[in-house]
Amino acid sequence: MDAGTPVVRFEDVSLHFGDTPALVHVSFEMRAGETRVLFGAAGSGKTQLLKVALGLVKPDSGRVYLFGQEITHLKERDLFDIRARVGILFQEGGLFDSLNIADNVAYPLLNQPALQRSGTPAGNGHAAPAPAMSVDDRVREALTFVELQQTVDKFPSELSGGMRRRVGIARALVTEPALLLYDSPTAGLDPITANTIIALLLKEREMRNTATIMVTHRYLDGHLMGHFRYNPSSGKMERASAEGSSSVKIFVMQEGRLAFEGTEAELETTQDPYIKKFLRHGSA
Amino acid sequence: MLDFLKTPVESFQDFIILSFRAIRNIFRSPHYTDDIALQMEIIGVGSLPIVLMIGLFTGIVMTMNFARALMQYGTQGLIGQIVSVSLVRELGPVLTALLVAGRNASGIASEIGSMRVTEQIDAMRALGTDPTQKLVTPRLIATAFVLPLLTILADYIGLIGGWLIAVLVLNIGTTQYWSTAWRILAPNDIVQGLLKPFLFAIIISLVGCFYGMRTTGGTQGVGRATTKAVVVSSVWIFVITSMVTRVFLWLADKHYFGM
Repeated sequence: MDAGTPVVRFEDVSLHFGDTPALVHVSFEMRAGETRVLFGAAGSGKTQLLKVALGLVKPDSGRVYLFGQEITHLKERDLFDIRARVGILFQEGGLFDSLNIADNVAYPLLNQPALQRSGTPAGNGHAAPAPAMSVDDRVREALTFVELQQTVDKFPSELSGGMRRRVGIARALVTEPALLLYDSPTAGLDPITANTIIALLLKEREMRNTATIMVTHRYLDGHLMGHFRYNPSSGKMERASAEGSSSVKIFVMQEGRLAFEGTEAELETTQDPYIKKFLRHGSA
Repeated sequence: MLDFLKTPVESFQDFIILSFRAIRNIFRSPHYTDDIALQMEIIGVGSLPIVLMIGLFTGIVMTMNFARALMQYGTQGLIGQIVSVSLVRELGPVLTALLVAGRNASGIASEIGSMRVTEQIDAMRALGTDPTQKLVTPRLIATAFVLPLLTILADYIGLIGGWLIAVLVLNIGTTQYWSTAWRILAPNDIVQGLLKPFLFAIIISLVGCFYGMRTTGGTQGVGRATTKAVVVSSVWIFVITSMVTRVFLWLADKHYFGM
């Protein structure tokens, strides 16, 4: 993939379930290292946008490109190779009940056809490829990254909601993907656990320059992604800049449409009553 | 005007597509042999005690009832023939299939339905696995393999139940019972007795998987999918057995397979 090629590109994408619009003429693109934070009311199309981006749902019209390749009409089997370069954290976690934590995290390494052929992580196209490591080593590394290395033999039902979410993150990033999709990573978690999750997302972004799309309901999540960075020496988040990173943009979705696209500063100045609901001092 | 037909026609179309994919995947890699073996254990070994028990009591009850009618004509010596034909042709395959439908179509639908509502099916697709290949095809192969075997065992244990009543209650000799029971069976009976469970297995596994894969609406949706899977597969078992019986009677009239 050319360095200037967008990682994700939506061209006038629409999707309906019966008479209900899920996505309405959505167009955007993002490049490596960029972050998009998606706000929106329940049912506004955020999750469907992620699923369309990964080819799990086919749009009714429009075109979707991943790493420069159009995926809109690709067959399921042809999508597997492209999906190997994308990590996703599902809203419900999506961990397999019947597998222990180690097997859950190892699943993409053992089942992605592209990874089985190459034997190396998918890579983000910018960093040097990692030296060949065994599946066990990679699983251990991913679980250590989310500080859950002690849970390898446990099953998902034995973990708390926050821990399951962190295992989901480990599974999403074990293949070192070029694009990470997070669906409500902090939903239903207490503030301390939610901030731990965001710290992990920042850590991943800092270390691998990954393109990231994050769906969230918490304004604070978007603020942290835009203004903070992960400090590896202290192991904590710290403020990066007062004005916010230009590579982080915020989307607000309303009934399938992209009602807002811009920086946090621009979001703060909006007068749209729907969009204002998502501000920390909004009237929602 | 025909809008009311849209949903059932679309559902049937989706079922046909799923069935086609599941059958096509039998011949495509990867093959999940561990999953096939696991499903054989769950469906076959797991169903064995209940199938054997029901088979035994079916033979016992059937022998007692038929014997009462036959005694009016002094022909209770034919009891082995009647029990044998009834079990092998109809009751063995249908009762075994209904038990497996109740136990496994529901289990398949609830397991896959739970995976659906917790996004495990989407996760599977996102992580490079075809859910039809991983979940549906192994269940199809396993059920198609073990249901005929379970039916053979149910038939045999049913005949043993009939023999117990014949010897202990009706004072019919063991040799007479088994020789009449065995000699009456024509190739026609054996073929339809094995073909039916094979067809039932396809229906039970695919209907269970189909409703599991279509589950929506959280835990309530899982409950609805489970109920539908059992009801629909049970109805289809009776439809198929009627059709197959009719076809084999026609074949017998034409002197195919002998009778």
